[in-house]
Amino acid sequence: MNAPVPNEPPPEDIILRAHGLVKEFDGRRVLDGVSFDVKRGEVLVIMGGSGCGKSTTLRILIGLEKLNGGRAWLFGKEISQASEKEFNALRRRFGVLFQSGALFNSMTVGENVALPLQQHSDLDENIIQIMVRMKLEMVGLTGFEHLKPSEISGGMKKRVGLARAIALDPELVFYDEPSAGLDPVVSAVIDELILDLKNKMGITSVVVTHHMDSAFKIADKMVYLYQGRVLAYGTPDEIRNSDDPIVQQFIRGEPDGPIPLKTSRDVYLQTLAGFADERIDKT
Amino acid sequence: MVKTIELIGRIFLDVIREIGGVATLLVETCYFAFVAPFRGEFPDRKNFGKQLVEEGIKSIPIVALLSFTVGLILAMQTAYNLRKLGAESYMPPLVAIATVRELGPLIASIIISGRVGAAIAAELGTMVVAEEIDALRCMALHPTRFLIVPKVGALLIMLPCLAMLADAASIFGAYAFGASALQMSAAKFRQFAFEYMVARDLWSGLLKAAVFSLLISGIACYKGITVTGGAEGVGRATTQTVVHSIFAIILVDGIFTAIFYFIFP
Repeated sequence: MNAPVPNEPPPEDIILRAHGLVKEFDGRRVLDGVSFDVKRGEVLVIMGGSGCGKSTTLRILIGLEKLNGGRAWLFGKEISQASEKEFNALRRRFGVLFQSGALFNSMTVGENVALPLQQHSDLDENIIQIMVRMKLEMVGLTGFEHLKPSEISGGMKKRVGLARAIALDPELVFYDEPSAGLDPVVSAVIDELILDLKNKMGITSVVVTHHMDSAFKIADKMVYLYQGRVLAYGTPDEIRNSDDPIVQQFIRGEPDGPIPLKTSRDVYLQTLAGFADERIDKT
Repeated sequence: MVKTIELIGRIFLDVIREIGGVATLLVETCYFAFVAPFRGEFPDRKNFGKQLVEEGIKSIPIVALLSFTVGLILAMQTAYNLRKLGAESYMPPLVAIATVRELGPLIASIIISGRVGAAIAAELGTMVVAEEIDALRCMALHPTRFLIVPKVGALLIMLPCLAMLADAASIFGAYAFGASALQMSAAKFRQFAFEYMVARDLWSGLLKAAVFSLLISGIACYKGITVTGGAEGVGRATTQTVVHSIFAIILVDGIFTAIFYFIFP
């Protein structure tokens, strides 16, 4: 099930390759050998419970965290070898949609979308304004250019964030929890947008989520992370038919199973009894 | 005992870490202000203009009002002491020189650390919490170039100007007292106030204001950009910015004054 990812620079059609990623925070290992490939034009969904390391994986790939071990290639360039300048060149080829949209609150919606174009292209201001309208049209928000982020809803913020992420026509877009905090309809709209970008413009996507419905709807490949390791990696069908009990519990959303959230009754009683003994000894 | 030593050691390390962090940030700011433009990376000009207004122009009323009041108070206190010697007419030069050398820049800097320093730390801290700084990085826009250079640069220009304004308002405050209580004419006050003043009094004060501006913006930007822990962290960073920058201003002011007194009298 865990397709091996070779420890070598990937061929042309693999836009992103992670091999044995390791990340530690204060000696605590949050990623322990995460590997996967993302083919050009494909949607990869990284899923897992809270604290499984999926957000950390994303932050490493977009250059916000440094690796402690393993190797990753983005557009054929090894990211741990890339200087800040080289990484910035890579950053112009991918976009990121943050969990809250991360719009700049001091700027209007239009200025937010225009910013990457103004900073990274030599386009005329009139052309930029036309492009801003086009990008906002793609996410269904024409006519909102002059509003401030504080004047629009959470779902709209996220769509503006997506318009900004695709402003420079990236080859790859990263999504951090695109449907977190959104109602089912808006969440479905975002899913549609991800699929649209893939089908109409051939944009590759890496989506971090724990929403199973949208994950199975949009994914070409899925990675299931559990305690910093890849527990399952494959197509949605392969994941759905996985015989791993942890994966099964997660995709069905069952409260009881191998994922330890609640301590068992016996362990709880034992610790409680021990605690009581201690108290009684002291008095 | 061990705990106390541990605590002192930790505070010492924190101080060193903060000084190092602020210094690194200011060096980085210098790079993006003076070196990077030659490599085609320009600081954000629109933002710079906005900061000039936010940090400088909008601080004018409060700096003028408070400096005027301090000038008034200083004149009264000076006159009270001079009256015992029958030398009340020496009030203008005493107040004017103390203001230009010391109080104008100091008052302006302390007001600005509360008004502008706190605002910078809160703004940057909120941007960290809302992932806006991460978003900037991901757009290949360095936060120092995009956010910090305009703030530090604008304050470096504006604080000496505000210090000059504070000088003027404070001396005017002293004149207001002199004219009403000591029956001094404007001509006599002006002649007397500036008779003993030399150019160095003025520029040593303005130089101090420039250095204080770097302390304020450096500490505020560092505290803002290193915020952790959500809204609570933003509040902590804002408070620490004001406390630390006022502390730093007074400490550095002491060093400067001693240098000007002993080494370049």
